[in-house]
Amino acid sequence: MLKTTLLSLALVTGLGAQAVAQSLNICVEGAYPPFSFTTESGSVAGFDIDIANALCDQLGYDCTLVKTGWDGIIPALLERKCDAIVASMAITPERKQVVDFSMKYYNTPARFVGREGMTMDDLKDAVVGVQRGTVHHDYMRGEHPRVDIKLYGSQDEAFLDLAAGRIDAVMGESIASATGFLDTDSGEGFAFFGPPISIPKYHGIGAGIAVRQGEEDLRNAFSHAIGELRANGTYQKINQKYFDFDIFGG
Amino acid sequence: MKAGLILESWPLFAEGVWITVQLTVLALALGLCLAVPVAFVRLRRVRGLSALADGYVALFRGTPLLVQLYMVYFGLSQFEWLRDSWAWALLREAWWCALITFALNSGAYASEILRGALAATPAGELEAARALGLRPRQVDRLVLLPAALRRSLPQLGNEVVFMLHGSAVASVITLQDILGAGRALNARYYLAYEGLLTAAALYMLVTLVVVGVFRALERRYLRHLALAPVRVRSRLPAMR
Repeated sequence: MLKTTLLSLALVTGLGAQAVAQSLNICVEGAYPPFSFTTESGSVAGFDIDIANALCDQLGYDCTLVKTGWDGIIPALLERKCDAIVASMAITPERKQVVDFSMKYYNTPARFVGREGMTMDDLKDAVVGVQRGTVHHDYMRGEHPRVDIKLYGSQDEAFLDLAAGRIDAVMGESIASATGFLDTDSGEGFAFFGPPISIPKYHGIGAGIAVRQGEEDLRNAFSHAIGELRANGTYQKINQKYFDFDIFGG
Repeated sequence: MKAGLILESWPLFAEGVWITVQLTVLALALGLCLAVPVAFVRLRRVRGLSALADGYVALFRGTPLLVQLYMVYFGLSQFEWLRDSWAWALLREAWWCALITFALNSGAYASEILRGALAATPAGELEAARALGLRPRQVDRLVLLPAALRRSLPQLGNEVVFMLHGSAVASVITLQDILGAGRALNARYYLAYEGLLTAAALYMLVTLVVVGVFRALERRYLRHLALAPVRVRSRLPAMR
């Protein structure tokens, strides 16, 4: 009896190692250009998507991308609708209480966007839009508790309302703000104001890949693969496609 | 289940209930005001106005509330001339966008309920009113409309519940209604269902109140339709 148990255990572990090399569902968002956006044909594309695919190739996984709204993305991971999140999610102490993270795959600062000529002094009377449940939401609550904030389900919606004049400023990640808004037609007349902001307490230590707690193998595999993509030039190739500087950060 | 977090966030939910109730009640009141003339126009086939009323009802009953709200909130704000007009003072606020959309939506549904009730008024009732010497206007105002409103009470109660639940879409345009509060709680602590469960319980609570109110209204205004005979107070001394 014991022998059979041991035998089956060995079999299971053996198979397990093989099963890892099979399929993996990855949650992505699709409303956060240039990191993640939905193309006209309805598929997802962007830096996050390319990184996710490159990591899967590197690790030999057969990956399926699952498009999930930001609000439900951590719950989706916890409920096993997917096995990892590649969605520009900042590695923060708060999130670490619920999920585990790989090493960062990029790190860029946050910035305010507002009408050209706006300054930090104007902030106290401004209505600021942020995406609900993001580090920027935490930052606004922690550092500017008196400022009136409006919560959006996605970053794109916040910029729509900024362009429409419903809000005075948007707090968000700088590259997504530049590519997703300032560089587009609707971003005309708007600009960054205030300094680039990166406070570890709120903004964490860069964007990482989230996995369920306790899934050490998967987490380490991702961290390792990120290092390899950096080393073999794949990362730089993807980086170049979207940005003219290295967004990996110091 | 993190009950502590839910209890800690009670101000968030209290605010949410207030916004939901406020939007629902105002939208229903405005909707009903709109529904009465629309129902009469559709019943009497008033030239010129009928096509307009038909189009309005078809549009708002034919499309989902969520789509209507998106069109009003994100759609209208795309037009610069509209942003420069006086209307922008209202339309720039998410709250007004929600109220306008909900009122128009509810008005379309209520007008259909009312039109049905108006059309179903027994001819004898109207004949009796005319026999009393009432002029056509007076018949409409004193007999037809009150009778139709009475008869539509149960369906209007249904419409109130639908509007209450439909108002949950307000959370997509930055309003912190009941669902918005639930989502904010979920987002803040990365929860899967606690916020939604609390929101569901609160919607249910408000619904029960609405149902209770309409039961009372029906008891009062539809007494003549009640099946049970009116209870007569016993003359016997109460048992002790």
